[in-house]
Amino acid sequence: MASPGNNASGFDEQELVTRAQAGDNSAFTALVQRYQNRIYRLAKNITQNKEDAEDVLQEAFLKAYSHLDTFQRNAKFYTWIVRIAVNEALMKLRKRKTDRTVPLDEPVDTGEETVNREIAVWEDNPEQRYSRDEMQQILDEAVQDLKPDFRAVFLLRDIEELSTEETAEALGVSVPAVKSRLLRARLALREKLTRKFKRKGEDVFAHL
Amino acid sequence: MLTCKQFLEELNDYLDPSIDPETKRHLEAHVCECPNCFVIVDTTQKTLKVFRGMDPQPIPEDLKNRLWSALERKMAAKKGVA
Repeated sequence: MASPGNNASGFDEQELVTRAQAGDNSAFTALVQRYQNRIYRLAKNITQNKEDAEDVLQEAFLKAYSHLDTFQRNAKFYTWIVRIAVNEALMKLRKRKTDRTVPLDEPVDTGEETVNREIAVWEDNPEQRYSRDEMQQILDEAVQDLKPDFRAVFLLRDIEELSTEETAEALGVSVPAVKSRLLRARLALREKLTRKFKRKGEDVFAHL
Repeated sequence: MLTCKQFLEELNDYLDPSIDPETKRHLEAHVCECPNCFVIVDTTQKTLKVFRGMDPQPIPEDLKNRLWSALERKMAAKKGVA
């Protein structure tokens, strides 16, 4: 099926938003095309569930379309659609209420020790040793093991490249909470990937 | 001189390119003296690099089609109202 209007993809974001707000549907579909892959990845990463992620993708863009007139043009459309998608994804998570789900506004345990048990240099260029799919699986598994509140912060800050403030706003948590969770998420991922990618054999500390 | 724990609490600032030079020097002093923290900095940077190096894969064709159909219905409904 042809996508509904795809002749507007060459325009910059602001131009597309202006046109979409004026009623140009092809401009809106160009925005969807631009961000659908990233929004789906984000939804899948947060919900850890394919069906939920598909729902989130659709609901986020439909909601954005319905509420386009409330979008403030001095904001970034991408940040806005990310916030909508994150809210939808978190609602899905809460609905499922699995035992592993931790409310995102739960205070951070600042007494928690930073785990750094695995201190070893990596083999050279692990990206080249694994196929793209293998690498994707390794990274997905590492992210899945994070607690949901850490996972969401890591995804928004380091994968979707939102600022600390934008991340705090999107998740409804404080800036210090974002900073603290990001640090712990990064260190936890470092730990997991080091287990996978560390240089084998006796030369672990050969660089020293 | 910072302890490792104190340094690691500041790790994100250390990795932030917009860090002010004086704080950077202060933190760097620890990294230069501490092989463990040197390795942690290096492997954290590599962790971020592999994650950022993965572009999102295109969404499945059938999902894309469902999304477009839903959008088309929504757009048609809006047009109908207007």
